[in-house]
Amino acid sequence: MKEALNAIRQQAMDQIKEATSPEKLNEIRVAILGKKGELTNILKSMKDVAPEDRPKVGQMVNDTRAEIENVLEEAKKSLESALRAERLKAETIDVTLPAQKMQLGHRHPNTIALEEIERVFIGMGYEVVEGPEVEKDYYNFEALNIPADHPAKDEQDTFYVNGDILLRTQTSGAQVHEMEKGKLPIRMISPGRVFRADEVDATHSPSFHQVEGLVIDKNITFADLKGTLVAFAQQMFGAETKVKFRPHHFPFTEPSAEMDVSCFKCGGKGCRFCKGEGWIEILGCGMVHPHVLEMCHIDPEEYTGFAFGVGLERIALLKYEIDDMRLLYENDYRFLKQF
Amino acid sequence: MNTALSWIKAYVPDLKCTDQEYMDAMTLTGTKVEGYERRDKNLEKIVVGQIESIERHPDADKLVVCQVNIGSEVIQIVTGAPNAEVGMKVPVVLDGGKVAGGHDGSPLPENGVPIKAGKLRGVPSAGMMCSIEELGSDRNFYPEQPEDGLYVFPEDTEVGADAVELLGMHDTIFEYEITSNRVDCYSLLGIAREVAATFKLPFVPPVIKETGNDEDAGSYISVEVKDPDLCPRYTARVVKNVKIAPSPKWMQRRLAASGIRPINNLVDITNYVMVELGQPMHAYDLSTIAGKKIIVKRANDGDEFVTLDGQTRKLDSGMLMICDGEKPVGLAGIMGGENSMITDDVDTVLFEAATFIGSNIRKSAKRAGLRTDASGIFEKGLDPRNAEVAINRACQLIEELGCGEVVGGIVDVKEPLADLRVLPFRPDKYNALLGTDISEEDMITIFEKLELVYDASARTLTIPSFRQDLVGQADLAEEVARFFGYDKIPTTLPGGNALGGLPHKLRVEAKARDIAEYCGFSQAYVYSFESPKVFDKLLIPADSPLRQTVTISNPLGEDFSVMRTVSLNGILTSLATNFNRRNANVRLYELGNVYLPKSVPVTDYPDERMQFTLGFYGDGDFFTMKGVVEEFLDSVGLSEKRTYTADGSLPFLHPGRQAVITYKGEKIGFLGELHPQVCDNYDIGDKVYVAVLDMPAVVPFTSFDHRYEGIARFPAVSRDLSMVVPKTVTAGQIEEVIEQRGGKILEECKLFDVYEGAQILTGYKSMAYKLTFRAKDRTLEDADITGAMKKILNGLESLGIELRS
Repeated sequence: MKEALNAIRQQAMDQIKEATSPEKLNEIRVAILGKKGELTNILKSMKDVAPEDRPKVGQMVNDTRAEIENVLEEAKKSLESALRAERLKAETIDVTLPAQKMQLGHRHPNTIALEEIERVFIGMGYEVVEGPEVEKDYYNFEALNIPADHPAKDEQDTFYVNGDILLRTQTSGAQVHEMEKGKLPIRMISPGRVFRADEVDATHSPSFHQVEGLVIDKNITFADLKGTLVAFAQQMFGAETKVKFRPHHFPFTEPSAEMDVSCFKCGGKGCRFCKGEGWIEILGCGMVHPHVLEMCHIDPEEYTGFAFGVGLERIALLKYEIDDMRLLYENDYRFLKQF
Repeated sequence: MNTALSWIKAYVPDLKCTDQEYMDAMTLTGTKVEGYERRDKNLEKIVVGQIESIERHPDADKLVVCQVNIGSEVIQIVTGAPNAEVGMKVPVVLDGGKVAGGHDGSPLPENGVPIKAGKLRGVPSAGMMCSIEELGSDRNFYPEQPEDGLYVFPEDTEVGADAVELLGMHDTIFEYEITSNRVDCYSLLGIAREVAATFKLPFVPPVIKETGNDEDAGSYISVEVKDPDLCPRYTARVVKNVKIAPSPKWMQRRLAASGIRPINNLVDITNYVMVELGQPMHAYDLSTIAGKKIIVKRANDGDEFVTLDGQTRKLDSGMLMICDGEKPVGLAGIMGGENSMITDDVDTVLFEAATFIGSNIRKSAKRAGLRTDASGIFEKGLDPRNAEVAINRACQLIEELGCGEVVGGIVDVKEPLADLRVLPFRPDKYNALLGTDISEEDMITIFEKLELVYDASARTLTIPSFRQDLVGQADLAEEVARFFGYDKIPTTLPGGNALGGLPHKLRVEAKARDIAEYCGFSQAYVYSFESPKVFDKLLIPADSPLRQTVTISNPLGEDFSVMRTVSLNGILTSLATNFNRRNANVRLYELGNVYLPKSVPVTDYPDERMQFTLGFYGDGDFFTMKGVVEEFLDSVGLSEKRTYTADGSLPFLHPGRQAVITYKGEKIGFLGELHPQVCDNYDIGDKVYVAVLDMPAVVPFTSFDHRYEGIARFPAVSRDLSMVVPKTVTAGQIEEVIEQRGGKILEECKLFDVYEGAQILTGYKSMAYKLTFRAKDRTLEDADITGAMKKILNGLESLGIELRS
């Protein structure tokens, strides 16, 4: 009996070793362990074994069966894993073939610049408000301390609808609308479209965009204006950016300043981009003129404030190195897709 | 405004700085220097040489060989100059030196022209003798330069001296951007005063002495100002026995450096005073002044006048004229008349220094089409006190230059001069506004440097008349800030906390941008004004209210003359640009306003309506665009039923492929295929699909709220419905029936096939829907489905629809 079992085991091991496919392994399983298999046949001959030996023989048969099953299972796993490896190898792709993109659209550089500006100021607690593009003379000029015979009101600069209604030349009118609401303190920016009677060329457009800023509260100082705009410049153009304030004149602010930033291309050493100066003029700003406050029924002895205005196209042209303003309004896809 | 550094130094004698330091310091105190140019930047090794002998060149007819004494030695120079003579003193460039340009006056090379010893036609030449053109200027500014040939120095010039110095060219010209409030800085003295304050140095302006004989100008001339509202002050003085001659070199040099051509002593003096004091002047030949009388009055409409440039100018009653007893002799503040012009044989001169209202000069100059140096200054609005200073300064120069005999007295017609402004001195206020801690003493020092007079007992500041811009405390704070230094003011952030953010409308617009871009549309920016012809291009009928526009009265041209009332033109023009440039499959969107007047003519704010406009050509069709619209509406919370009505009402769209979009009964936009005629009008050779969402209609329905409704736990049951449908019945009608009759358990109805063709009866189409039923709380039973289907089928039958077997 024992010999017979050993013979079966040996035969099974030899056959398994030679098997090259799962199908073959299955045949071996059926031939040995199946209902009509050799090992099953031995079990059937148990009736010839002495009753006292039966448990022992039974144990031997089961051990042999378990042993064969184990080896079979392992052989199967190893065969399958070899087959999978082969298949994976065959499935190798060229990962450098082109991507199938979703063909997303592209945002206009003006909007990209605007969203950056908004992000910075919203982070500093500013609300974004809008003002009308077709504006009344009072809001565009008079309330901003620009008297009736000021050169800025000349027809050559301003598009008029009639004597009283015009296309706003600056977003500063939004300041006045906001102050007139009578809700203090104010901390706002107002982006929008403005119009000037300039012929179209590489650096001019009769329609462009500004972002106006206004803060009104008790104890607002010129130092606050400086600190705010330094923070803006550094978030917009990089933490290394240096800032220079030059005295200037605007009718609606006093003191007034223009702000230059160190050239963000050359870091201030001077390059073609900043015309060798190392500085780039970015915006105009100042402390809100007391007369402007008074016209909006705000007491300049109690409240002070600052205002600033940034040209959006100017930022976009500088930041993204666009050399011709006309590109911004042509909407050629080959231009837009670069943003 | 330009100034020569040498002239500034005449009034700020202790000034010592490099050109760059000057530029930086002045810019930081508010007198912005745009740039500077050293006049001698390419002039090197140039001395005065004397020609000792001239011999013919052996091999060239047009050249001569000169022996030139340059002080230290005698060198040989070959020249072609036609005016070379023995004994002449001329500028000589030595070997290794440099000149600014060639003798023909062509544009100067950036780095000059190096000069080296060499041979000219075989004869050695150790340098070059030069003309004023080679030194970078011309006869306009150096009138003593002969028409052709070498520049010649006066006989008493020292041989070997620095020729560039003698020509006044060791100098730097600074160019400024002067802001409109600083009228005083349109003068050399005004800038010099700022220089002195900036560098904290003494300011030494010229001392104006009394001039004139014991006669009285009043006996030569009388002045009447009939329109004092346009001429607050008119001063006149008289100079007799005038001797016209060139002005001295120092005056010519200063004018040349300011870009003004020296003419003769009289003209040069008026120009010199204009630059120095910022007060334009005029000189008349007194013998041409009829009735010895000056009358200042408005012109009559339609009058004509010949200005001294020989041009006839049309006048109107807004223009102020200087007249004599009979006729106009000058266009006030702009240009004198030909009829009273100074000629070389003038004997007695009438000087005028007046103050005119700036805005009137600006408008008059514009209407007359004549903007002069004088009008450019007058239009800024001058200080009436300066007129008297200027005319006296001119008379002083007349005497100093021996140009004539100044008659005593001044004829001065003026409105009462305003008192000098006195403002309280409030140092705490300045520090509070600036965020600084500047001492009172430092502030007073700054003010006094600017010639404000501090009264310690009254604590007031008296403002000099030339500082018309200093009106209130904020103006004084700025003066403190400028000279304390903007760069020294600390940087702080405003105190207090505030919540920032985007208003809801702008959040919806931001979402519109996101969705458009997800769907492949790129953002366009277009103009708000366009041509009225756009309405024809878009086939908008003549009587359409869309043709009522906000119209610009002074547009850049018809193409930019009306504010748009329909947003399509911008996107179509941009698509056409792309199409013509062969860009394939272009998708664009734009967010911008249309402007609908509330009444015409416009008397109030128009209705500015933000439009979300999309357009594309290339891959896709009507339903592609419809998909984009729905993605957007879904994303901003318009998730209930949107209705698409095909009423063919939009003239610019294909009559059978357009829809008005409504939501809860409100029109929120439209979409469709562009009318082929409109495609032709824009030269787009492809089908174009557009959509416009009227944001003010959309925004009230929008919401960014979300609510979780659970994930279905019970199984769904689906039924396919295959139908033969009359062609006139729309999917919208079918879906309405299905949705109404399917009841709560109908989860979805989805069209999966539409077919028209051979197997289907003419006038019919085949349509197939998959209906999905599900209950939230139980597994549906057959009876539920059968009931619902029965209701649906009954409803569909009434539309003339039959089930396909």
